[in-house]
Amino acid sequence: MHVELLFWAGCPSHGKALRELQEVLRESGYDPEAVIVREIKTDDDAASEGFVGSPTIRIDGADVQPLADEPTGLTCRIYRRRDGRISPTPDPADVREAVLAASSAAPGAERDRAAGRAR
Amino acid sequence: MTLVGERAPRFDLPDTEGRIWQLEPAVPTVVVFTCNHCPYALAWHERLMAVAREYAERGVRMLAVNPNDAERYPRDSEAQMQARVQAGEFDGVPYLRDASQQVARSYDARTTPDVFVVDDQGTVRYRGAPDGDYDDPAAGAQWLRSALDALLEGEDPDPPETEPVGCSIKWKP
Repeated sequence: MHVELLFWAGCPSHGKALRELQEVLRESGYDPEAVIVREIKTDDDAASEGFVGSPTIRIDGADVQPLADEPTGLTCRIYRRRDGRISPTPDPADVREAVLAASSAAPGAERDRAAGRAR
Repeated sequence: MTLVGERAPRFDLPDTEGRIWQLEPAVPTVVVFTCNHCPYALAWHERLMAVAREYAERGVRMLAVNPNDAERYPRDSEAQMQARVQAGEFDGVPYLRDASQQVARSYDARTTPDVFVVDDQGTVRYRGAPDGDYDDPAAGAQWLRSALDALLEGEDPDPPETEPVGCSIKWKP
């Protein structure tokens, strides 16, 4: 499983997002340290990465809370928690669901998980 | 730089209808730098509006100021500000446009939100976050409420300053 967190330093939410992501991975039997963390520094980087705001979490390339028609750019991302609250970070339940979906879809995922590692 | 204990910078800023607003003498005022696109500002918004409603009865006024560069952040455009006001999200609190960003600079505002409490003598008495947890509505903007309570009772807010938390203000290049 390829897990990455993209962030922009102008938004202070990436630390919390990373902690919550790592906790979900730990609970799900994956290596929490395998998260690839990348900083997006310029508008050009944002455009080329399809970065629509900080933090963005992708699991096997899929956004944990996909957005339609959102422009790319250096900004803070607005998430909706499952109880409807606005938040700078995704609901851990959505992250967990994305991890489970990727886990089910990936060939050999069960073997990886049993080995306690994220590819 | 802190403004606490100093004269609050004066300003003349238009609201979404073009009406000009200023700090009024003898009126305790909460100046909140905020915006449309920041999740921290949005997460705290209802709590701040509740403070505005409840403390209006005690003679406190709130002014919301959007200083962000709307060219690079179109969600902070005047049209988007107006849409939120018309949708009733500001509940009577004037939503002001700081297009030149000079007011934000004069307050040394850093984030959205960044809250300043100005007393009836025009002195800044509190600056910082509304409360300690944007993610917990039960926190209720308690730091701001405590500062206002102290002010209205003739005491000094304690603490007079907290670290503002939120999105960086989007300065023009």
